[in-house]
Amino acid sequence: MTRLLRLPWLLIVLLLVAGCGQAPPPGGAASGVGGTIRVFAAASLTRSFTTLAHDFERQHPGSTVELSFGGSSDLAEQIDNGAPADVFASASPVNMRQVVRAGNARRPRPFARNTMEIAVPPDNPGHVHGLDDLARDGVKVALCQPQVPCGSVAREVFARAGISVHPVTEEVDVTSVLTKVAIGEVDAGLVYVTDVRSAGGQVHGIPVPAAVNASTTYPIAATSGSGNPATARAFVALVLSGRGQRVLARDGFGSA
Amino acid sequence: MLGLALLVLPLLGLLVRSPWADLPHVLGEAEVLDALRLSLVSASSATAIALVLGVPLAWVLARSEARAISLLRSVVTLPLVLPPVVGGVALLFAFGRTGIVGRWLDQWLGLTIPFTTAAVVLAETFVAMPFLVITVEGALRAADKGYDEAAATLGASRLTVFRRVTLPLVRPSLAAGAVLCWARALGEFGATITFAGNLQGVTRTMPLAVYLAMQTNPRAATALSLLLLLVSVLVLVGLRDRWLADGRRR
Repeated sequence: MTRLLRLPWLLIVLLLVAGCGQAPPPGGAASGVGGTIRVFAAASLTRSFTTLAHDFERQHPGSTVELSFGGSSDLAEQIDNGAPADVFASASPVNMRQVVRAGNARRPRPFARNTMEIAVPPDNPGHVHGLDDLARDGVKVALCQPQVPCGSVAREVFARAGISVHPVTEEVDVTSVLTKVAIGEVDAGLVYVTDVRSAGGQVHGIPVPAAVNASTTYPIAATSGSGNPATARAFVALVLSGRGQRVLARDGFGSA
Repeated sequence: MLGLALLVLPLLGLLVRSPWADLPHVLGEAEVLDALRLSLVSASSATAIALVLGVPLAWVLARSEARAISLLRSVVTLPLVLPPVVGGVALLFAFGRTGIVGRWLDQWLGLTIPFTTAAVVLAETFVAMPFLVITVEGALRAADKGYDEAAATLGASRLTVFRRVTLPLVRPSLAAGAVLCWARALGEFGATITFAGNLQGVTRTMPLAVYLAMQTNPRAATALSLLLLLVSVLVLVGLRDRWLADGRRR
């Protein structure tokens, strides 16, 4: 037992030592752009922002972009509690508003739009072919919880279609819903169009009719507490630029 | 002193920030009552299962002299050191609809475990049972084997020896182990949200409710946390005689 107890301590010490080693790189480019920034972004932006972060690091040698993806409401709460974010990209104006109102970000800019699509496992065990099937008894549906944008937009779609869907689980962000679908634990999930595309062959997408589909607008802003505002602003500019918009469009986002 | 501050300050922060005036209101909400009921029921069920399955396991670990037993002990203690989320993923791939066991349960019996209260109990048992096993094993090892052997030479069957001699000897540890197990089950988060999902009244236990409330309604989260803190204190008070006093006597 004593041997067992000593192991975690060793790990903790190692982690602390490893943490100490990562001193921020000195200085930056002449423009003031350089060093490390932390970008907090909605889970649905995982693919696009990973690409853009690499682009950014190539364009600005000496800079590092650390990405943190999660449910927009969770990220907003973390920022309001002092999490060291330099940029916040939310999947809905609601969560951005919360951060702005708390004085932690200013002048958010819309940069993308997203709509919903049904995701089913490739073998479609629940024989889901349309929105109505999600309301059928015995069909296991995963949704985002209503607090996160993908959850509120999904409920908007159901309201427009006039159906009531009883999910078996309400996940904390959209990637968790997608995972539950991809591993076949649920018959269907309502996720963003972009998620189906980024999942490749792991899930099969079934379009939601445009007449009942709902959309959400993504705002982005540098945070007021950023210790590296020039670099944070440069990253926001990249997202809003032609190059940024092309990456987002390639992943299925609409322009804001 | 620094160590003490590290342990006490967060709890103090919770007490200071608690919306005392809202407390009765928040704790009376249907969602909170659902979470509390679910937490108590599932933690108690997990403890009951851990007692039934864990005590014989502890007995084997304490009494067997086979060489493979240290390997078995490592396997039993693994959930103690494993991050609970990893436990949840493992459970999903074992008992999920496409898991190695779950697939057959689904095909033959039409049973799917994830996203049910049973999944919550299973996740909690997985994470908490080692606490019971380790506690009881330690007591069994410390207990004098002579009593067992004496009873056996007097003609008692193995089951009778276990029931009438061994168990009474380790009863205090059994109780302490059960309480520890229950408390760990009550606080389970990672394995639960991964394996059982999150739905009010079915799988949303107190820790999940606290986490979710923190994203939208921090005041409610504080109130819920306070409730869990209260339960933890009650557990400690219940253990006081068996545990803290024991430490002093030694």
